[in-house]
Amino acid sequence: MVNLANYKDLVIGDRVIKPGSSEEFKTGDWRSMLPVIDLDKCIDCLTCWIYCPDDCILVKDDKVVGIKKTHCKGCGICAKACPKKAITMVEGEE
Amino acid sequence: MTPAKHSDIAINGDCAVALAWRQIDPDVCAAYPITPQTIIVEKFAEYIANGEVKTEFVCVESEHSALTLCVTACSAGARTFTATASQGMAYMWEVLPIAASMRVPIIMAVANRAVSGPININNDHGDVMSARDTGWMSLFAENVQQAYDLSIIAPRIAEHHEVQLPCLMNLDGFILTHAIERMTPLDTHAVKKFVGEFKPLYPLLDVEHPVSHNLMDGPLFYFPHKYQTVKAMDKALEVTKQVFKEFQQISGREYNLVEEYMCDDASCIAIVLGSSFGTMKEAVDQLRREGMHVGVAMPRLYRPWPISDLAKVMKGKKSVIVMDRHLSIGSYGPMFPEVVAAALENEGEMPKMYNYIYGLGGADTMVSDFVSVYKDVKEGKAKRINYLGVRE
Ligand code: SF4
Ligand code: SF4
Repeated sequence: MVNLANYKDLVIGDRVIKPGSSEEFKTGDWRSMLPVIDLDKCIDCLTCWIYCPDDCILVKDDKVVGIKKTHCKGCGICAKACPKKAITMVEGEE
Repeated sequence: MTPAKHSDIAINGDCAVALAWRQIDPDVCAAYPITPQTIIVEKFAEYIANGEVKTEFVCVESEHSALTLCVTACSAGARTFTATASQGMAYMWEVLPIAASMRVPIIMAVANRAVSGPININNDHGDVMSARDTGWMSLFAENVQQAYDLSIIAPRIAEHHEVQLPCLMNLDGFILTHAIERMTPLDTHAVKKFVGEFKPLYPLLDVEHPVSHNLMDGPLFYFPHKYQTVKAMDKALEVTKQVFKEFQQISGREYNLVEEYMCDDASCIAIVLGSSFGTMKEAVDQLRREGMHVGVAMPRLYRPWPISDLAKVMKGKKSVIVMDRHLSIGSYGPMFPEVVAAALENEGEMPKMYNYIYGLGGADTMVSDFVSVYKDVKEGKAKRINYLGVRE
C-alpha cells in the first residue's frame, strides 16, 4: 500500500505501473445502500452478475451466494436488472 | 575541449529553432501554425518533406489537438516538439497543466505574442506569463543565437530523469522570430551527441511493462502529486546549471541562471526578460559613459524561478527596476512581486523597488526609453508602478 504521508512513495507523473490496482481501491467506502438478495426468489440467471459494474455479485458453482461488500458501491443496478425482483436495496452499511 | 570552428550563417529566429529541431530529429511534432511561430513549423515541414529528418509530423486541426497529441506521443515514449504563440497557447491552456502533471518532457517553442483582445499580433509576454502556474519550465532567449542554443539545451533539462517536465522555449515574436541575425550553429553530429537518446519513463508502448497514465487523483493524492512537481522544479535549477556547463564545453557559449551585465558595481539594476535585455545593455553603456552606476540582469528561466541567484544579484543594490512586458490587470506586472519576493532572501536589505510595464502589443521600446527609466528612478520621478510610454 502507498504511504500517504510521503510524496516520494507516489509513482512520478500520476501513473499506475502495476496492474490490478483497482482491487485496492475500496469502492465499498462510498456505499449508503446495500443490495440484499432473496435467494428463494433468485433463479440464478446471473443477470445481476453481468450488470454489476464492480464485479460484486459473488457466484459459486453457477449460483449467486452473496455480495462483495468491500467493493459494492450500492448503485442499485443489480436490483434494477434482476428479472425476478429478488434484490432489494436497503439503507445502511449492512 | 576547444570548441570546433563553424561558419556563421544569417538566419531568423524561427528558422534557427527549426534548424535546431532538424539537427535533433525528434520522433514526433504536431503543431498548428500561428503567427509569429508559423515559420518554425513551415521550415520544419520542409525538412521532413525533403527527407532530412524522420520526424512524424502530424497536421492537426487546432492547437488544443496539437498539444493533446504531443502529450500522448510523449507518454508513448516519443521525443516530442511543438510550437505556438498567443491565442494558440491560450487554446492549448487546458492541456498545459495536464502535460506537466503527467511529467511528459515536451519541448514547445513559444514565439511570444500579445494575447487578444484587442487583437494584436505583435510581441509581448502575455502568452507565456499566463502559462506561469501550469508546471512548465520556461526558458528565455535574448537573440537568435540563444533561440537556437536553448532549443538544443531544453530537451536535456526536460528529459533529465529527476526533472521530467515539459519546457517552453521563448523567443520574442517578430523581434527574434522574423529578424535575421548572424548565428554560429553547431554541427549536427555534435548536437545529436549532446542531446542524446530519449529514455522515457514508463512509456505506454513498452508492452512488457503495462502502465496506466493520467488517472484520477482524490484529495489524498492530488496535493502530493503537485508537491512532486514542485520538487522536480527545484531539481531543474541544478540540472539547468549542469547542462549549461556541458553546453559551454561544446559551443564555447556561456549561460547562467541569471545573466548579468555591469551589475557588480552598480547601485541601480534593472531586471528584464527576453530580447529587451540587449536593448537595455545599450542603455546601460550609454549611462555608464555619463558616469551612472547602472546594470541590467536577465533571469534565464522564469520557471523554475532562480530565487537565490536573483537575490545575489540584488544584494547591496540601492534600487531595482523590474521591467514587465505583460500586465496582470489589477495588480503589479507579473514579474515584479516575484523579484520582490526573491529580494526577501537578502534578509533586512530591501532595495527600493520600481515596476515598469512596457512594450505591450509590440509597442516599440528604444534605447532612449530605457535610458529615461534609469534616469527617472535616479531623479525620484518614478512611481511604484509605471506604464512606459502611456500618456496619462
Ligand atoms: S449495488 Fe451496484 S455495485 Fe453493488 S452489487 Fe449491485 S450492481 Fe454491483
Ligand atoms: S438477476 Fe436476480 S434472479 Fe438473476 S441471478 Fe441475480 S438475483 Fe438472481
